[in-house]
Amino acid sequence: MKKWKYLMVTSMATSALLLGACGADQKAGNSSSETSTGAESSDEQLQGKIAGDGSSTVSPIMEAIVEEYSATQPNVQVAVGVSGTGGGFEKFINGETDFSNASRPIKDEEAAKLKEKGVDYTEFEIAYDGISIVVNKDNDWIEDLTVKQLEEIWVDNGKKKKWSDINKDWPNEEIKFYSPGTDSGTYDYFVNDVLEEQQLDKSATLSEDDNVLVTGVEADKNAIGYFGFAYYEANKDKLKIVKIDGVEPTHDTIQSGDYTPLSRPLFVYANNKALEDPAMYNFMEYALNNAGEMAESVGYVKSPDDVYAEDKKKLEEFKK
Amino acid sequence: MAYINHEVVERQMTKRRTKNTVFKNLFLGATLLALLALVVLMYRMITQGAGYLSLDFLQNFSSRFPEKAGISAGLVGSLAMLAVVTPVSLFLGVGAAIYLEEYAKKNKVTTFIQMNISNLAGVPSIVFGLLGLTIFVRMLGMGKSILAAGLTMSLLILPVIIVAAQEAVRSVPGSLREASYGMGATKWQTIYKVVLPAAIPGILTGSILALSRAIGETAPLVVIGIPVIVQFLPDGILSEFTALPMLIFDWAKRPQEEFQYVAAAGILVLMMLLIFMNSIAVFIRNKFQNRY
Repeated sequence: MKKWKYLMVTSMATSALLLGACGADQKAGNSSSETSTGAESSDEQLQGKIAGDGSSTVSPIMEAIVEEYSATQPNVQVAVGVSGTGGGFEKFINGETDFSNASRPIKDEEAAKLKEKGVDYTEFEIAYDGISIVVNKDNDWIEDLTVKQLEEIWVDNGKKKKWSDINKDWPNEEIKFYSPGTDSGTYDYFVNDVLEEQQLDKSATLSEDDNVLVTGVEADKNAIGYFGFAYYEANKDKLKIVKIDGVEPTHDTIQSGDYTPLSRPLFVYANNKALEDPAMYNFMEYALNNAGEMAESVGYVKSPDDVYAEDKKKLEEFKK
Repeated sequence: MAYINHEVVERQMTKRRTKNTVFKNLFLGATLLALLALVVLMYRMITQGAGYLSLDFLQNFSSRFPEKAGISAGLVGSLAMLAVVTPVSLFLGVGAAIYLEEYAKKNKVTTFIQMNISNLAGVPSIVFGLLGLTIFVRMLGMGKSILAAGLTMSLLILPVIIVAAQEAVRSVPGSLREASYGMGATKWQTIYKVVLPAAIPGILTGSILALSRAIGETAPLVVIGIPVIVQFLPDGILSEFTALPMLIFDWAKRPQEEFQYVAAAGILVLMMLLIFMNSIAVFIRNKFQNRY
């Protein structure tokens, strides 16, 4: 009997300690970062909670921004999820998030739903990405594809496609497809701009995890795949890049727009009502000031300067 | 005439012996294969992750630089979630078990409830995630908070705890109850003073194993939409947070190869936490069980 009570008391005490420890950690964390940053920035310390979600392509940029921002404003709690562009917009429409990252422009139906819910939003372009078409290292027949060929390869025609169906000189072997999942903006952009809304080959392996695509293409000689430029940059030595109409995606060709139609802008959509909150305004201002630099540091390409100037003009309307 | 035909016995003996050896080796092989998988997994995790494991790793927030990335937000978030899951699931689980074992009449309704609890234990965790998203996050407006995630996880492990607690309560010998009633104790007095103390070790063992499942479970958190880019520690039960498995999942998806090692280090932390919790369960079982 005593043992039992002893046990109960111990377990209760443990969980109380556990809860207490969380609280204590929090305070310690806050005060230490406050003292360390208080000296460098004379900005007033804001407080608030900001929630975001959206594209996995944009998330490395957003993480870099949030990481740096939290050093200047430790009391503004920014929490960002990675549910994909479509999943992010779903939460944005539901009013669960203050901003949504997107690797494609908002769709008409999403805009209509936002209107229905009475949510006003502002679009900010924060960086450039080039969707990179990759094949296996051992693939010696493809150097360059035209957009037309790309479309021919990826469109579903109801039967299994072989490389020789596209070009007679290519091997008589079945093509294996690796594509980002349907919740991703990369998929939407590709289907929209390359396939012109036709069905993507149904035999394709779809994954929200781009590393699955990288390993898939890496392991199969007959594979072809596409994903954001940052994933190609990080896996350059494992994959072979395909030129599109003679242009290879590089930092310069993406920024100049020569790599077309596969270079695309990345966006952040912000809820207008949320922007009236000083913390959210401050965060967006910081994000726009640093987006270009942060994008470059994680493998993307910064947008032209006038894009950011335009963005800031849009943001200033919400200044109080 | 001899009752035993030695020739036949002799002949069958070798056959039976061979059979015996074959099955022994077959089962040994099965055990070793399972063990091998575990060893390979551990070996890979330790060789990949050990280099990134340090005090800083436990104290830092996640970062875009693999060498600066840390797990503090996830560790504190997971423990905070556990602080919600533990009381809720224990209270509801043990309560339901006591009702079903001690109070409920053994009729069709009870059997029906019983059957459904067993079925619930087999429902995929992602379904509980959808339930949590609809009810706690959206309908009750808790948002993607520790409370919402904790309640979802409680629902997930509740069936397991109920079944474990029922087993424990059932295994308390009837003679103890009879003795208690014989002394003039009421039902509640009997449960509180006799049945529960005898059943507690079994209940706790089952519960801790269930709680470790709650810590490692990822699918419901993904469905709820728990954020991963979190540079703050939770400051209350309604605060947004991130959890260990979410961070590991996020790191494993990164393009840079170094983040695979960071993910491995995260897995090591998670495994140590699980091993720690499971050893508490083993300790309780060995120390307190079978006292009657």
